[in-house]
Amino acid sequence: MAKLPKPDDLFNSIDYKIPSKKWEDVPPDLSDGKFCYPTKIKNLEYLSLPTTKGEWSPAEDDWKLPDNWETIVREGFKERLDKYRSLKVFMDICVRCGACADKCHFFIGTGDPKNMPVLRAELLRSIYRNDFTTAGRILGTIAGARKLTKDVIKEWFSYFYQCTECRRCSVYCPYGIDTAEITMMGRELLTLLGLNINWILEPAANCFRMGNHLGIQPHAFKDMVDFFCDDLEEITGVRINPSYNRKGAEILFITPSGDVFADPGTYTFMGYLLLFEHIGLDYTLSTYASEGGNFGLFTSSEMMKRLNAKMYAEAKRLGVKWILGGECGHMWRVIQQYMDTMNGPADFLESPVSPITGTKFENAASTKMVHIAEFTADLIRNGKLKLDPSRNDKHIVTFHDSCNPSRAMGMFEEPRYVLKNVCNHFYDMPEGTIREQTFCCGSGSGLNTEEIMDLRLRGGLPRANAVKHVHDKYGVNMLACVCAIDRAALPPLMNYWVPEVGVTGLHELVGNALVMEGETERTMNLRQEPLTEEEDETDE
Amino acid sequence: MNDKPKIILGLIVFVAVFTFPFWYNHLSASAPPKVELTEKAKAAKVCVAEKEFMRREHMQILDQWRDTVVREGKTIYTDENGKEYVASLSNTCMDCHSNKAEFCDKCHTYTSTDPYCWDCHRYPEEKK
Amino acid sequence: MNVNYLSSLAAVIILGLIAYAGAQSGGFYQVLFGIFIPYLAVLVFILGFINRVMDWAKSPVPFRIPSTCGQQQSMEWIKQSKIDNPSTFIGVVIRMFLEIVLFRSLFRNSRVEIRGDRLSYKWVIWLWLFAIMFHYSFLAVVIRHLRFFTEPVPFFIPLIEKVDGILQVGLPIYYISGLTLLAGATLLLLRRVLIPKINYISQAADYFPLFLIIGIAFTGIMMRYFTKVDVVRIKEMTMGLVTLHPGIPEGPIGGLFYVHLFFVSILVAYIPFSKLMHMGGVFLSPTRNLANNSRAKRHINPWNYPVKVHTYEEYEDDFREKMIEAGLPVEKE
Repeated sequence: MAKLPKPDDLFNSIDYKIPSKKWEDVPPDLSDGKFCYPTKIKNLEYLSLPTTKGEWSPAEDDWKLPDNWETIVREGFKERLDKYRSLKVFMDICVRCGACADKCHFFIGTGDPKNMPVLRAELLRSIYRNDFTTAGRILGTIAGARKLTKDVIKEWFSYFYQCTECRRCSVYCPYGIDTAEITMMGRELLTLLGLNINWILEPAANCFRMGNHLGIQPHAFKDMVDFFCDDLEEITGVRINPSYNRKGAEILFITPSGDVFADPGTYTFMGYLLLFEHIGLDYTLSTYASEGGNFGLFTSSEMMKRLNAKMYAEAKRLGVKWILGGECGHMWRVIQQYMDTMNGPADFLESPVSPITGTKFENAASTKMVHIAEFTADLIRNGKLKLDPSRNDKHIVTFHDSCNPSRAMGMFEEPRYVLKNVCNHFYDMPEGTIREQTFCCGSGSGLNTEEIMDLRLRGGLPRANAVKHVHDKYGVNMLACVCAIDRAALPPLMNYWVPEVGVTGLHELVGNALVMEGETERTMNLRQEPLTEEEDETDE
Repeated sequence: MNDKPKIILGLIVFVAVFTFPFWYNHLSASAPPKVELTEKAKAAKVCVAEKEFMRREHMQILDQWRDTVVREGKTIYTDENGKEYVASLSNTCMDCHSNKAEFCDKCHTYTSTDPYCWDCHRYPEEKK
Repeated sequence: MNVNYLSSLAAVIILGLIAYAGAQSGGFYQVLFGIFIPYLAVLVFILGFINRVMDWAKSPVPFRIPSTCGQQQSMEWIKQSKIDNPSTFIGVVIRMFLEIVLFRSLFRNSRVEIRGDRLSYKWVIWLWLFAIMFHYSFLAVVIRHLRFFTEPVPFFIPLIEKVDGILQVGLPIYYISGLTLLAGATLLLLRRVLIPKINYISQAADYFPLFLIIGIAFTGIMMRYFTKVDVVRIKEMTMGLVTLHPGIPEGPIGGLFYVHLFFVSILVAYIPFSKLMHMGGVFLSPTRNLANNSRAKRHINPWNYPVKVHTYEEYEDDFREKMIEAGLPVEKE
């Protein structure tokens, strides 16, 4: 991986000047560091997906496409046009008004015009015109059509993996054209040729076999969670013994495996454990459905369905009443907009009711899955939690609205309500960078991979820059979020752009603030750091 | 989700709106108005300009007359052949074309034109 | 210089000249440009439009994918954004209404700028303003033109003419909409020509309709205010068209009229094959026209099919021993 430039240099290198050559004539940059590593063929084979003729690299000329690649793409395109009205309509009605152009974090951070959502869609649209419209067939380039070539495939690969499917552009589009749909279709077509990236397919293959992206096997999963319980005992003096794969539990709790695996997600997981212990929830964890996230979403709708199926299957096997879902971004896109449709109806579950407050979660009546932020907000609202927000006093917190819970769900107030109750210092970032207009972390949709760090830092710049703003203005030093990919992607992003700011999950702060029954006096937070800065100094 | 009925309903509205002129007129149009000349006008044979020009541009001439009379005080208009007229709607034009309803209004109504000439000018009693 | 807009401009000029020459040649050509082509254009427009929309309708909406632009429906003490994140049909109707009538999403438009070491986002209203100006002027102009297609002229047309001519300037009275249509189209065109980013994404298919509409507005304004045409004969002809008794009236009409009519014919016939279908498409955008209630009410995907999954049994078979060793419950000992 190339050495990263200094932040100032990177910032100053952003240039919105338009190239002199037409975009059709500018080839994508496929030099090292500009592309995600392609998937290993074994992952494709494991998931019974089509493969290339051999291992390949985007930097090489020959991508080892299958011989009939043109037919595959054309037929795949046709099939998707027939299956998705969104695709058909979005192919036809864009007027290229340009409202979306500077809404994309990758355009803002790279200045590459093909990162304008309108041109990203044109990559597909130009082929659509050529192959599927009368005007394109007759008028050719004058009608904006172009022939499908191997170079077009390369361009697709480059730019459909420079989109995080965050949907920010769709908020501004007068017709609601959603580039996430376009990118999904583009990636599906590439996957038909065996072109995918390892950072997506390896987790997907892991998840298929082992139940989670990180490939944590059941016994290891239990070990890891038990280890959290040891830490929690040390911090709070309370011993927690969660159950696994337990039949007859009332609630199945599913969260991204990233929270089991790496800091700071692990602290969020510890927050969940404390919360459930605090309220005496009858719940169980599953090692089979041990993944909330779904890298299938970044591959194809079929792969999404295949991975997602575990949630309902496990809920049914264990005989729980309903499912509680942890903090994760794209997981909630799948749950909110796809799960029930794909793998429902979940008629073996009950419409979710909080066993503590009796609140009926009407908005989850059919899918039977509740977001933990909704669940906790309801607990706090009903006074069921004993909280000491001063334990988070050293954190001056801002909140990053993750793309999917924002623009595919609309969950804005619940996490803020929780935050305001578990910490004393909360400041929102400026208008236009939060809520439905929030900026992506720059690493979503499977792009959270090391080799494209330069691109990720650029894509995350708008988010980081807004954090910097509240850091300078209010001294914000902690960025809270409800997304596991954020918890993995934001720390390096902050470290690069605003190194004074840390990253936390919402329920880590909840865990810090929870006053547990029978707890010893709390001197440490869940990270086993002193609760206040002062103590930090006296220690030294 | 089957939304075809809604879409078809939408298309029916679309067709109804965009074919409005076709159904509104019940596929029949009355003959366009014919300009009726009074005996006096027929006898005069010529107007202040030739007929086709007057059909298209009479409002422009009147507008010009108004300006020259009111602003410049010139009350005489000389036509292409050197013939002089008093530039006056009520006294010159409507002297011959005294049949306002037949001569003016028919076409104006037909084309939904609402000139404001008679906001100020009086027009002569119609001759039978 | 840019081949996209030059070719579009050239195309429009050539089309105009063809129609003008045709009108001057009289006889057959007047029938061609005055009767045959307009009929064909209307037919292509209506059938093409229906065909395109039905083609969209043929593809299902497998998933409920609204872009949520406000707070979801949640617990009752949390205020839902009922329009930007609707959970009911009524909410969707209001959202769609505001979208279609007021271009609500476009109103959010902002511009990013680099200021020192900061990115800043400025609310920009110009695109929205030009778009509103252009579309509503066009609507007013189209409605006003119904005076040539109705007999007797229905009440709302003089009403709109009154409002449109409210300035009471000039003779014939200037209509605001004519000017704003021309201005709106010109401004939208200038955006495309002058702003590098917009220029870069613009295609011939973006310039052509703008030039065409500018041509329509220009010839219309010329006919009304400058080189006069015989309005009574025009109406005789247009009424003939809409009552299916077509004919070319006796006596001259004016060549510019044929140019105007030909431009309009081209435009309406062009709609179904172009981006101008956004007119129908905006109603069918799944990110806007669906309620965000897919967790409360199951959305059905007509092509949902069974997929290969990794069952719990397969999983347990894979890991049984390790699970037993770790004290995890298993189905089969």
